[in-house]
Amino acid sequence: MIVLRRVTPQLLTLAALAALVTLFFPDFLRIEVVDGRLVGPIMDILKRGAPVGLLAVGMTLVIATRGIDLSVGTTMAITGAVAAWSITQGYGLGGALALLAGVLAGLWNGTLVAIVGIQPIVATLILMTSGRGIAQLVTEGRILTFSHDGMAFFGSGALLGIPAPALLWGLTAVAVALLMRRSALGMLIEAVGVNRAASALAGVNATVLLIAVYVASGLCAALAGIVATADIRGADANNAGLWLELDAILAVVIGGNSLLGGRFSIAASVLGALIIQTVDTGILLAGFPSEYNLVIKAGLVLVILVLQSPNLAHHWYALRRAAQVRRERAMGAAKETGR
Amino acid sequence: MTFRCDMLLTIRSLTKTFPGTRALDRVDFDLAAGEVHALLGENGAGKSTLIKCLTGAYERDEGVIALDGATVSPRSTSEAQELGIGTVYQEVNLLPNLTVAQNLTFGHEPTRFGMVDRRAQRRQAEAMLEGYGLDIDVGRDLSAFSVAIRQIIAIARAVALSGKVLILDEPTASLDAREVDTLFDVVRGLRDRGLGIVFVSHFLDQVFELTDRVTVLRNGQKVTTERTADLDRVQLIEHMLGRALENEVVGHAKTHVGRDRPELLSFENFGRRGHVEPFDLKVGEGEVLGLAGLLGSGRTESAELMFGLATAHSGGARDRTGVLDLSSPRAAIAAGFGFAPEERKEDGIVADLSVRENIALALQARRGWARPIPRAEQLRLADEYIEKLDIRTSGPEQPIGDLSGGNQQKVVLARWLAMNPRFLILDEPTRGIDVGAHAEILRLIQQVTAQGMSILVISSELDELIAVADRVIVVRDRRHVAELTGAEITTDTIVRAIAAPDRELAEPSA
Repeated sequence: MIVLRRVTPQLLTLAALAALVTLFFPDFLRIEVVDGRLVGPIMDILKRGAPVGLLAVGMTLVIATRGIDLSVGTTMAITGAVAAWSITQGYGLGGALALLAGVLAGLWNGTLVAIVGIQPIVATLILMTSGRGIAQLVTEGRILTFSHDGMAFFGSGALLGIPAPALLWGLTAVAVALLMRRSALGMLIEAVGVNRAASALAGVNATVLLIAVYVASGLCAALAGIVATADIRGADANNAGLWLELDAILAVVIGGNSLLGGRFSIAASVLGALIIQTVDTGILLAGFPSEYNLVIKAGLVLVILVLQSPNLAHHWYALRRAAQVRRERAMGAAKETGR
Repeated sequence: MTFRCDMLLTIRSLTKTFPGTRALDRVDFDLAAGEVHALLGENGAGKSTLIKCLTGAYERDEGVIALDGATVSPRSTSEAQELGIGTVYQEVNLLPNLTVAQNLTFGHEPTRFGMVDRRAQRRQAEAMLEGYGLDIDVGRDLSAFSVAIRQIIAIARAVALSGKVLILDEPTASLDAREVDTLFDVVRGLRDRGLGIVFVSHFLDQVFELTDRVTVLRNGQKVTTERTADLDRVQLIEHMLGRALENEVVGHAKTHVGRDRPELLSFENFGRRGHVEPFDLKVGEGEVLGLAGLLGSGRTESAELMFGLATAHSGGARDRTGVLDLSSPRAAIAAGFGFAPEERKEDGIVADLSVRENIALALQARRGWARPIPRAEQLRLADEYIEKLDIRTSGPEQPIGDLSGGNQQKVVLARWLAMNPRFLILDEPTRGIDVGAHAEILRLIQQVTAQGMSILVISSELDELIAVADRVIVVRDRRHVAELTGAEITTDTIVRAIAAPDRELAEPSA
């Protein structure tokens, strides 16, 4: 119940967006069964939204500790490259090695933040800028293509009619959310995010927790990297996950989580990712020329954020009151001069 | 509407309600020009609401506020300033990374060709500080100066911008005795210049020292306004608490003073360079140790060392079973220690989390993340301590940041009591909290030590140490210089021990 109340604004936004897209593209909500698979714009959104959805899960945890992880996009490129490399080399284990690379990326970020004490935005910027270089070293500057059915399943496979990427990010989100709320991790992460000093004094192992959230973010990025790589059956060091860290942060923000850390909701962030993907897909379906896409997306995101802003009501009230005061003063001044 | 003009500020029937509570209930208040008027009351009595109505932070529901006989309704702090009402808060709201001159002229910078005129700004700032007895370079960053000087700068700014009514909200909470004297000289100077000054403080001594009249609020209503000289301490506290306080500071039974009590812990040659000189300290079971000394004397540093916030360079601690690991707070907690720090906001509470979570935090940290305390158990804990410590909250789910200072302190205490440590360090446990909560916390200390817990209390209020401590360690210049036991513990002996070097210097010349 509490979760439902928390995510109501996101659900309403999603519903409004769906209604809006349906106006332009009446078949938006239609789902058909083709070859035992569910097919339709909605399924497409669930599938295409997988990378950002996965990144948003890890990003939520990082942001809850008052941090940020700018490196997730390039971590996708690295892990994708590692997966493709190990398959082309014939080692197999592509997925496992990619996950390991994600853990290493997270350990690197977490160590810089929690032990060295670098500000998260700077610490993760290091891997963000160097990561594509690392990925290119792995792929030796080429687009590494492969054919491996097991790997390709994560991009284009389906289970019980549901696309594998959608299944993967849905299960990840549910598993992480349950882990946070069924164990004490959620509360401890929130405590560290709100006040690290006080939490450490109360005996919370803040350093380990901080490293752990960056590792979680790295793992989520690795899953996203696997999906992206499996989808095109190849690793593109230059373009895999490009700018997706920004979409992930946006998803967390649309989910109503504060960038100042503390209370977080994974469900809301994941809905935020769905909202972003619905905007992306919706613009295409509505048939606008592709050069309009980014501008329309920016406009829609702005409207969503403004509508969700708790300050809005206050500002509106203050503006009206200020106008009223000005009117009264003007009338008073008019009386004075009239006298 | 006009009022008798002999009062600078007149408030009649001021009422302000919040959902569920009536924060102010038809409160009257008069402030004359050239007086210092104390506004007293327990936490939640309505002091801050009254001030916020005056400064425009809140809009009143009913009632009249008249300044110089004319009704005013400030809608924002800046509007209140323009009307002549200035406020200085406990946490100085200036910008530490700007210079003194920039702070003083902020928002009113003198300009030349559209650019800030630095020289004029400097001159203006120096002129504003004239008469405050400060000899400082206004070109330096504010952060270079002590809290006391910042406070005076904040006052100078408030006076220059408003100049009729000055509200001082807990101005002395983080000052030491000498700084308080300096501040009071400034306040008296302003009073003589004809300002009306509202003084909010928990320090009753300061109220008696400084103020001309006192208004006491209780549960949102005005109890009384009297001349300070006509009141004594007991009467004043009775007004504030609304009941005859049995003993303001709980009567201390010196009977259980025992060098014979079984030893719990001992620190030997325990010290850290630049922090605190090596000291020896034995802690008895159920003993209350007091740590007295001036700010910066090494009191807090001693506590931080014991709790593993800083690692010791020499010596160590042991109990009956062997050497204790105190290398980090987690290690200290594992050794059965607890620590409620002085800076409640920065190091104590986790503001956005609920009272329940704040109480359960340390316990949960000890159990580890994989073994969550069931919600029902957390609620039981929270309810137990809310009742036991009389924590005023709308419920266990209220964010702790919304509670008043005294209640926040009680939650931090509850967090540690729930851990049932054998050695609990309390750094300034009663700072910034009202008289009622103050007595309750002292009573609590006696309760838990009766059950065998040992407590180290650090306090700058000697009365408090005298009331609860079985033994008082005096710290001076980062060294433990004296140990007083039982009947030796008096204000006089402690003060003499703290002041010793001056006396030693003075004696030969005499």
